[in-house]
Amino acid sequence: MPISDTIPFSGIRWDDVLFLVLAAILIGSALMVVTLRDIIRCGLALTSSFAALAGVYVLLGNPLVAATQVLVYIGAVSVLILFAIMLTQTKNAPTRLAFQTQAWAAAIAAVVIAVVIAATVTATTWPSGGQRLWTSTSDIATLLFGSYVLPFEAVSVLLTAAVVGGVFLAHREAGDREEDQL
Amino acid sequence: MSGSLDSYLVLSGLLFAIGSFGFLARRNAISMLMSIELMVNAVNLSVVAFGAFVPKLQTYAAVIALIVIAVAAAEATVGLALVIAIYRNRRTPLVDEYDAMSQ
Repeated sequence: MPISDTIPFSGIRWDDVLFLVLAAILIGSALMVVTLRDIIRCGLALTSSFAALAGVYVLLGNPLVAATQVLVYIGAVSVLILFAIMLTQTKNAPTRLAFQTQAWAAAIAAVVIAVVIAATVTATTWPSGGQRLWTSTSDIATLLFGSYVLPFEAVSVLLTAAVVGGVFLAHREAGDREEDQL
Repeated sequence: MSGSLDSYLVLSGLLFAIGSFGFLARRNAISMLMSIELMVNAVNLSVVAFGAFVPKLQTYAAVIALIVIAVAAAEATVGLALVIAIYRNRRTPLVDEYDAMSQ
C-alpha cells in the first residue's frame, strides 16, 4: 500500500518533516562538534552529523552520493578521526581550555558568514526547475566513466599517494625518543 | 520547504559558518580538522542541492560531489597523519603550543 504524500489529517508533507528533523540533527550535532569540551564526544557528534547529511542527500534524490557518504565518511573518515583522537589524547586534555582566547571574534565572524549567506541565498532568484529531480545512478556512471574518466583516474592516483604519504608521515622512525612510545 | 532550493542552501550556509567558527576557535588540531570536514560537507551539500533542482546540472553535480568526497578523504588522511607526526615530537595536540619558531 503506498504511503500518502502528506501526514493524515494535518496536510503537512512528510518530506518537510523529514527535512526539518534531518536539518535539526545536522545543525545540532555540528554545534556539538565545535562546542563540546570532550573531543571524543566531538568525534561521535561528527559521525551523527555525517549520517544526517546522508539523509539529506537521499531527500535530494541522490542515493549514490548518500551511499558514498555513508561508506566514506561514516565508515572511513570517522574511524580515522577517532583513531587520531585516541592516539593524541592526553589525560588532562578535556579539563583544559578548549577554545582560543579570540573565540568571540571567531563567533562574530561565523555569525556574519551565516547571515551573509542566508541573505544572499534568499535574495537571489536561482534558475531552478522548482522541483526536486531523482538522479539515476546509471546516468552518473555513464558520465563518470565516460567524459570524466581522467579526473576519476587522477583521484585514484591521489588517494594512493595520500595513503602512502599518511603511512610515511605517521610511522615512527628508529631515531625517535624511546620514552615517548605511543 | 523541502521542495525549495533556498532551504537547502541556507542549511549548507549554516553548516559552513559552524565549521568556520570551529576552525577559528578550537585549540585542538583534530578539532580543527573536524571543522574542515564540516565545511567540506557544507559545500558538497550545496553542490548536490543545485544538482537536484537545476536539470542541466543534475548528473554533473553528482560527479563533482563524488570526486569531492574522495579528495576530502585523502585530505583527512594526510591531515591526521600530520597531526600524529607533530604530536610525536611536541607531546601536545594544541595548536597554540606549536611555537617552535618563536623560541
